[in-house]
Amino acid sequence: MVIDWLPSILIVVLLALGVIGALRRISLWRAGQPEKVNLIAGLMAMPGRYLNDLHHVVERDKYMSRTHVATAGGFVLSMVLVIAVYVFHVEQKIVTWLLLGALVLMLCGAFFVFKRRLNPPSRLSKGPWMRLPKSLITFALTFIVLTLPVAGVLPEGFGGVLLTLILSVGVIVGLGELLFGMGWGGPMKHAFAGALHLAFHRRPERFGGGRSTGLKPAQLGGESHGVAKPSDFKWNQLLGFDACVQCGKCEAMCPAFAAGQPLNPKKLIQDMVVGLAGGTDAKYAGSPHPVRKTGKEPGKEVGHAKGGANNIITAGLIEADTLWSCTTCRACVEECPMMIEHVDAIVDMRRFLTMEKGDTPNKGSEVLENIIATDNPNGYAPSSRTNWSADQNLPVMKEKKQADVLFWVSDGAFDMRSQRILRSFVKLMKAANVDVAILGDEERDSGDLARRLGDDATFQSLAKRNLATLSQYSFKKIVTTDPHAYHCLRNEYADFDTEGALKGVEVLHHTTFLNQLVQAGALKLDTFKGGKVTYHDPCYLGRYNGEYDAPRDLLRSLGIEVAEMERSRFRSRCCGGGGGAPITDIPGERRIADMRMEDVTATGAELVAVGCQQCTAMLEGVVEPRPEVKDIAEILAGQLIEEVH
Amino acid sequence: MQPNVVSLISIGRHPQSGRARRAEQDGRGVELGLKLAGEKLSVLHVGNPEEPVLRQYAGMGLPAMTVLKQDETADAVPALSDYLQQEKIDIVLTGVRSESGESSGMVPYLLAEKLGWPVVARVADIVSIKDGVAEVLLALPRGQRRSVTVKLPFIASVDNAAAPARQSAFGPGQRVRMESVNTHGEVDQIRVDWQEAPAKPRPKRLKTVKAKTAADRFKAATAKPQGGSGKVMKNESAAEKAKAIFDLLIEENVIR
Repeated sequence: MVIDWLPSILIVVLLALGVIGALRRISLWRAGQPEKVNLIAGLMAMPGRYLNDLHHVVERDKYMSRTHVATAGGFVLSMVLVIAVYVFHVEQKIVTWLLLGALVLMLCGAFFVFKRRLNPPSRLSKGPWMRLPKSLITFALTFIVLTLPVAGVLPEGFGGVLLTLILSVGVIVGLGELLFGMGWGGPMKHAFAGALHLAFHRRPERFGGGRSTGLKPAQLGGESHGVAKPSDFKWNQLLGFDACVQCGKCEAMCPAFAAGQPLNPKKLIQDMVVGLAGGTDAKYAGSPHPVRKTGKEPGKEVGHAKGGANNIITAGLIEADTLWSCTTCRACVEECPMMIEHVDAIVDMRRFLTMEKGDTPNKGSEVLENIIATDNPNGYAPSSRTNWSADQNLPVMKEKKQADVLFWVSDGAFDMRSQRILRSFVKLMKAANVDVAILGDEERDSGDLARRLGDDATFQSLAKRNLATLSQYSFKKIVTTDPHAYHCLRNEYADFDTEGALKGVEVLHHTTFLNQLVQAGALKLDTFKGGKVTYHDPCYLGRYNGEYDAPRDLLRSLGIEVAEMERSRFRSRCCGGGGGAPITDIPGERRIADMRMEDVTATGAELVAVGCQQCTAMLEGVVEPRPEVKDIAEILAGQLIEEVH
Repeated sequence: MQPNVVSLISIGRHPQSGRARRAEQDGRGVELGLKLAGEKLSVLHVGNPEEPVLRQYAGMGLPAMTVLKQDETADAVPALSDYLQQEKIDIVLTGVRSESGESSGMVPYLLAEKLGWPVVARVADIVSIKDGVAEVLLALPRGQRRSVTVKLPFIASVDNAAAPARQSAFGPGQRVRMESVNTHGEVDQIRVDWQEAPAKPRPKRLKTVKAKTAADRFKAATAKPQGGSGKVMKNESAAEKAKAIFDLLIEENVIR
């Protein structure tokens, strides 16, 4: 009978077409720059990474994680068995029953995918993604009916020619989506690209509960810097873009998108896909990059972006403002179930704009020039860096040569508001008799701002000079009140530390350090009697460095029960102050800091505790009436019981 | 026809850090040169071709620059005038005064004297060049401009009122083609004998503000200074003019 050979032929043909498409896709990724990966180890680690790390992220949405396990698990299992039964004609009863079981599992999963797609949230892409649940159901149903006679439930030849025809159509639709679509850029591409992306991820340290947040150094010298064209990305970055499932979790978390600035991280990744594959974004069916209602220009709407692997990205594919809207808060990266690295890509492209085009918007140019000429972004005299501590009696490393703790003051030294945080921290350290010293005028900007603005040359120069200074002195810990400097010192300087200046040195944020002091009983603190308090997680302390608990423990030690915001810990919303965003100042519908202050107000708190001078500045910039903003060091210093001698 | 424009660049000095940098006015000179001549702009420096600050200028998108290599102690003017005489040049752009070295502001005048060209001092913009004549906007105090026409070739010193220098990019700065020309420098003995000391702020004449209201103060701060006491002498004899200057100097206690 016709039905005996038709499925086998169709399966083999579509499988072959899928493989051809997959090879073509691989050749697209290979247009990227070489990057060494361990092929065997990566592929071996892949299932574990999927089941553990990726699933861990998906598990935040229980509905979706179960749905995906049922659908994907059911599909993989049934596909293997379909090939066994229909191509290799394994006809044991147990195998066919197993196949039926897998198909039913997949059908259940597909049903829930379908159900969610009935009224999809705005973050989800529509278009071909709306077709997917139907294709999945078609696949599962077709093979269930096809397998029933094989399993002996229905008599052979049941249904006649008509059913055969219907089932053949079902096979083509189902397998077309799942096998052909996988290789040729349909929604199922995510399974193929995603699996390889997990295997060859550029930051394998992220798997197994690790953290890898430091930017990769730019190669300096040569014909170009940064990423100008899609083919300038590393090949596994291109692969990563292709893994996107367009779930829009990033879009839902992105502060710039919420503020109406022209950045939608999901669209950005899809633009990169357009760039690597060539063509236009006409098929994109999700939310666009927000366009300001007042300044609407033609050509910015979906369908007008054009790209190719060797075309300049900012000439037609995306607007430069899209790249400059990012605050590098990593909310998108943290949220992405496919573990795509949006921030790396954005900074890579910024590097081209700054280091090749000299086109950093607004105050960017001025700030970079200041950093180069004076080692601080505002162009203050480097010899005035220590003025803030004139009355603090702080030893300077140049004279002291060694100390237990090196206090990295950061550029807050020049800002009167930040100086209040610095003074509070010094007061606490003195109360705890910490053996501390500062670098004084020898300290320089950490380079964080220059690096996020794409000027890696200046960052590297600062990092090397700072490390050379640090290597002259001996200390056990570096403590800083600035999470941005903390991140650079802890995660990014290692790439340039040839002398081993930071080897064996513990880099700590002041909240971590103060928490150690409080736990050791070195500080006597009074109970806090003010009103309700909430805590804002700075991105560079939380998501970049995983420090969520020390600030909360400190507040608890004052008897404060933190009234948590809805977006807190790894889901904390950015204050809008990172990544040079206040410098490039891309206009939107609203300000990010205002939205964050609304989060604060929603808890009913009268005081918001912060652990970052940048966040303090951003949140205090919100018009009153609003809750008070204080650094944790300031709150602690206020409750310090000083011994009278 | 695109004019042949040369921008002269020097090593600047940051007022806060004292570190070498792209000089404010010279940067504007390059910016104006790029506006007039685009990629064909010649950029000329006298001194050390290894100086890293030159790359900050190159980062503005210069494919090449010429360095007349000579010692720090040598005078820049002879080398410059020799070089400029060889080339066919329409406009030479300089800053008003350099941020380091003698900082006398004399370079454009000395060059003009040697080349026999006119000097246009404190240029805000060069609007157009037509039939060998340039329309130039001079910068006057308080944002005022004077439009003048000058015949090519000429030397212009670029004022702080000119368009600011564009951002300097690292990549093009690294890739610039440095054409180094050896020159025999004459040692500037006067300069060598100088002793440098940190500048003391110049004493300022006390200004009594008579304004009673904020509006008056605003006016005093923004309005065009009313000369009043000044006097224009055109037809008098040289002796009379000299006498007037001499009297003024005595009146102002410059000479006693």
